[in-house]
Amino acid sequence: MDAYKAALMAATKPDIKNNNMDKAANSPVYDSASQVTPELEELREIIRYRNLVGQMVRRDILTRYKRSVLGVAWTMLNPLGTSIVLAVIFSSVFGGSDKSYPVYVLAGLIAWNFFSQTTNAAIVNLVWGGGLLNRIYIPRTVFGVSAIGTGLVNLTLSLVPLIIIMLAYSIPLPPSMLILPIPILFLAMFSLGVGLFISSLAIYYSDVAEMYQIVLLAWFYLSPVIFKDEFLPPQVLAAIKIVNPMYHMINLFREPIYEGRIPDLTEFLVSGLWAITALLIGWIVFSRRADEFAYRV
Amino acid sequence: MSSHIVSKQNAEEKTSTNQSPSHFSPNSEVVHLQKVGVRYRLPSERISSFKEYSIRWIQRKITHRDFWALRDVNLSVDRGETFGLIGPNGAGKSTMLKLIARVFRPTTGRVVVTGKIAPLLEFGAGFHPELTGRENIYLNGALMGFSHREMEEKFEGIVDFAELWDFIDVPLRTYSSGMWARLGFAVATDVQPDILLIDEVLSVGDEAFQRKSSARMQEFRDRGATIILVSHNMEMIQNMCDRVAWLDHGKLKTLGKTRIVIETYRNSQAK
Repeated sequence: MDAYKAALMAATKPDIKNNNMDKAANSPVYDSASQVTPELEELREIIRYRNLVGQMVRRDILTRYKRSVLGVAWTMLNPLGTSIVLAVIFSSVFGGSDKSYPVYVLAGLIAWNFFSQTTNAAIVNLVWGGGLLNRIYIPRTVFGVSAIGTGLVNLTLSLVPLIIIMLAYSIPLPPSMLILPIPILFLAMFSLGVGLFISSLAIYYSDVAEMYQIVLLAWFYLSPVIFKDEFLPPQVLAAIKIVNPMYHMINLFREPIYEGRIPDLTEFLVSGLWAITALLIGWIVFSRRADEFAYRV
Repeated sequence: MSSHIVSKQNAEEKTSTNQSPSHFSPNSEVVHLQKVGVRYRLPSERISSFKEYSIRWIQRKITHRDFWALRDVNLSVDRGETFGLIGPNGAGKSTMLKLIARVFRPTTGRVVVTGKIAPLLEFGAGFHPELTGRENIYLNGALMGFSHREMEEKFEGIVDFAELWDFIDVPLRTYSSGMWARLGFAVATDVQPDILLIDEVLSVGDEAFQRKSSARMQEFRDRGATIILVSHNMEMIQNMCDRVAWLDHGKLKTLGKTRIVIETYRNSQAK
């Protein structure tokens, strides 16, 4: 993998030195030679095109359910239905005497769904929406970033069935839930990094998108959505903690809901580090190759 | 190699700014292509899977066939000019528009563009059939980098021009292709770009709309906007363009006054 990455780096063309040219006062100037750091330029452009991100999120949400009877309600019904099915099937195995097991599953599922849906959407949007890249300049990260935007809307909506289930099981809503924006931010950063990285490969090889589905399935069963820590042999749990960042992401999100406590500092640090690392790698790899995308799609 | 070109470029720019201190000067350069080359790497054999790629990469058996869509092209277009690009299919005309539109980054050389660009490469390329006309106008504006507020200001003018008030709140999939194209043209041209790029698409809509769109093109030129036009229609080039570049196999063959270039081009085609 490292060798492959090195090859990609070598394939990107060398930067031509920036120079100070006289710029017209209020006209935007595009200079193909002034791109010294593609990752910073990409960041500047995505901020400039923030309205496009908003419009694409809007489009995704409006069009997804436009011809269905229940419409946006599906965003809430889908995780509710899935978690009921999972809870019914697995409560006899993992639930034990825990009456609130469905809450455990639903909270974990919301975090997991966010990750799997946004990373998939980043791939699909770039590969299928890529025709646009061939016609007009837009910052290429817009597909990944707007996938996260759509995911955040869906996540917020799916908190509604979560609260309903909690009330149904007469679990009081813990005040620790107010900390949720931080786990959600880390989850979003991590998902964006993974989504950008995978989509920058998937635009070249359609196999990657297919392969990723299988990876996701395995990843799901290695993540604490349906099982609890105590059901795993200690060695397996220790291994999962090291190799699977989603273990930390899901738990950081679920603890304020299910256990009603604010996670401790170490837990925040571990998740935050994973999030920053993934985002940096994904962003840099993606934006260094972004100029080639228009030639490929 | 690049550094001495850049410094030479600097010197040139200094002299040109000395001559024309105001950037609204009609002679100032808005598009500058300097020794530009665009290379497509075509794999000699089709490799579509990651596995195959990895195996070949390890075996060092990846071979590319280089195809230069453009090579060593120097060109500058001045503010307010209507500039034509002609040449046979595959000469690199559309590639050049894409370079200027920032869709492609040049493999070699340098592209400098000053001002807001509106690409008319394909009308309504960013439209979504399930969204209404209204929603699509805002989406398309965002694709061109406009803020929501800027689009609110332009909205009425766009719908007026496209004459689509009756259909503005129904999904685009119910539009006829003519209505679709009218909306696309209206959005792309209502944004008041400094540089308008047109690729063979001026024949949209019925006759009345065509008259309206050529009137709008005239309006652009009067306002001092720059138009870069790709066409096989020599009559249209002759009528509209101040200068023409003739591209052939990715190289700039001739550049000059419209009448002279078209004459040479026609003579060469007749042979």
